[in-house]
Amino acid sequence: MAIVMRRKSEFLRQYFSGLALEETLSGILFAAPFLIGFVVFIAYPMLYSIALVFQNWDLLSPPVFVGFSNIVKVFRDPVANLSLYNTAYYAILAVPIQLVIAFLLAMALNQPIKGRSFYRAGFYMPMIVPVVASAVIWQRVFHPEFGLLNEVIGWVGLAPRKWLWDPGLAKPSFIFMSFWMIGRQMVIFIAGLQNIPQSLLEAASIDGAGRLRQMLHIIIPLMTPIIFYNMVMAIIASFQIFAPAMLMTSGGPQNATLFAVLNIYRNAFEYYNMGYASALAWELFLIVVGFTITQFYVSRRWVYYETE
Amino acid sequence: MNTTVSISRTTPGIAVRRTPWPRIRGTLGLAGLQIFMTLLVITFLVPTIWMILSSFKASTELFIHPIKWLPDRWLWENYLRAATVFPVGFQRFALNTLIITVIATLGTVLSSVIVAYSFARLRWPGRDFFFGLLLATVMLPEVVTLVPRFIMFRNFKWVGTFLPLTAPFWFGTATFYVFLIRQFLRGIPMELEDAARIDGASRLRTLWQILMPLSKPVLATVAVFSALQHYNDFMGPLIYLNRMDTWTMALAVRSYNSNYAAQWEMIFAVSTMMLLPMVLLFIVAQRYFVRGITMTGFGGQ
Repeated sequence: MAIVMRRKSEFLRQYFSGLALEETLSGILFAAPFLIGFVVFIAYPMLYSIALVFQNWDLLSPPVFVGFSNIVKVFRDPVANLSLYNTAYYAILAVPIQLVIAFLLAMALNQPIKGRSFYRAGFYMPMIVPVVASAVIWQRVFHPEFGLLNEVIGWVGLAPRKWLWDPGLAKPSFIFMSFWMIGRQMVIFIAGLQNIPQSLLEAASIDGAGRLRQMLHIIIPLMTPIIFYNMVMAIIASFQIFAPAMLMTSGGPQNATLFAVLNIYRNAFEYYNMGYASALAWELFLIVVGFTITQFYVSRRWVYYETE
Repeated sequence: MNTTVSISRTTPGIAVRRTPWPRIRGTLGLAGLQIFMTLLVITFLVPTIWMILSSFKASTELFIHPIKWLPDRWLWENYLRAATVFPVGFQRFALNTLIITVIATLGTVLSSVIVAYSFARLRWPGRDFFFGLLLATVMLPEVVTLVPRFIMFRNFKWVGTFLPLTAPFWFGTATFYVFLIRQFLRGIPMELEDAARIDGASRLRTLWQILMPLSKPVLATVAVFSALQHYNDFMGPLIYLNRMDTWTMALAVRSYNSNYAAQWEMIFAVSTMMLLPMVLLFIVAQRYFVRGITMTGFGGQ
């Protein structure tokens, strides 16, 4: 009891006496936009959406309590499962290749070639193209009859393909398109490479380590925190892919590009099943958060932190 | 940009380079790399350039084999046609986009810097807890608040207005930017602020007149990224803006794309009109883009 009292008085003195009181009040006042915004726009919607999971509501008639039926439906609905499969297929294939391409580009742009900032800007440029415009562009690149891609593969004698209109090629086409948008990862890698201490590479080179060994034993280990950061962010983003599928294929052909967020969007804003859409959103949310936590856990085995 | 300059150490026979990956075999390899990278960067740019060139073509020049790169005659009237095909006119969509982008960006920068100031410089009970919360939201998949937010904004009678796309950003909810600015503010010496405080300046005034001018680089970065994000946003307008006279350019381009699917030159023209302001912003503010991403990469340090 006495300890509690003393801690309490210490706490009061630390934050609520004289000048400290002014600082506490200012601190809360300045943080207030976030404190309010967090409650109104993040915490409350999340709690509310838990409540929605247990209801059927089309926004017109009053909501009906349905217990666990939406949750059961999430696991049984073949369309929902297909959308998860499509999303996982996309994320698991696209992200590693994106990382490799971005890393190689960053390595190349770290060589003493001329006009590096021009190349960097060029590879980054697709990131500033509005998503609707890039959908317009890529729909035409992949066009079965007059598309740029068929034209180019025609130069080496390959037969034209239907790309987005072929159920077997639609997802790979989306993955291919995602390689165009690796500018952010590349710039982060370049910054990381420039931070590698020269002394280490010099020492290795004096000890007779060739380029490959320097790469495997110095550069890549030192870059693991940045590789990890890029990977986590890319996976979170890839699991939530929406606009390209909505704009370019509407989820087709034969639901081959029906990704999870598109399926959630449809259930909410086209079929007006607010409850079921919330259940689907929570499923995806838990998968992404679970995946992220797992990555952090596994990262202890492969990510190198200098401070440790 | 001088990091590439090679320094030869006096150690006989060993030239040590400043780049992590020592020279690929001599100048020959370097020249090869230069050519390869040039071809590759052209590949990256070609789809966009092809679209821009094609926006000046006649339909008949688009649907032919082999592909024609340059238009026979530059049809500027494609743009006029595309701009006037909707009853409200393309300028209306541009104006709506501009209003949303400016209000949301201004809100993001101002609210982020105020909140960041509190987390960076002031001590108050619960600060570290709430900062942890803020960090956690950076990695929060947004999809989970999609439906409940819509219902909430519907109850507010905000659906169909710009408010769902602007108001939340006045509350420091772009948490990643708050984090970025906070890290920057922590690097500014406390003495500068103390001096102003002793002279009787209020905290708000200290922030406005001392800290914000010093934080210009990070604030410009946040402004540029946030403007890009709101300008390009598709899902928000799609959900909240249903009447045509409230549409942003993103919704207009999408509508052209589905309604005039056979008239590529028109679709390309509106896409180009939407793209150009961002290209200009990128050219003008390139260093803020690069710096911003670089800071992102070292967020934790």
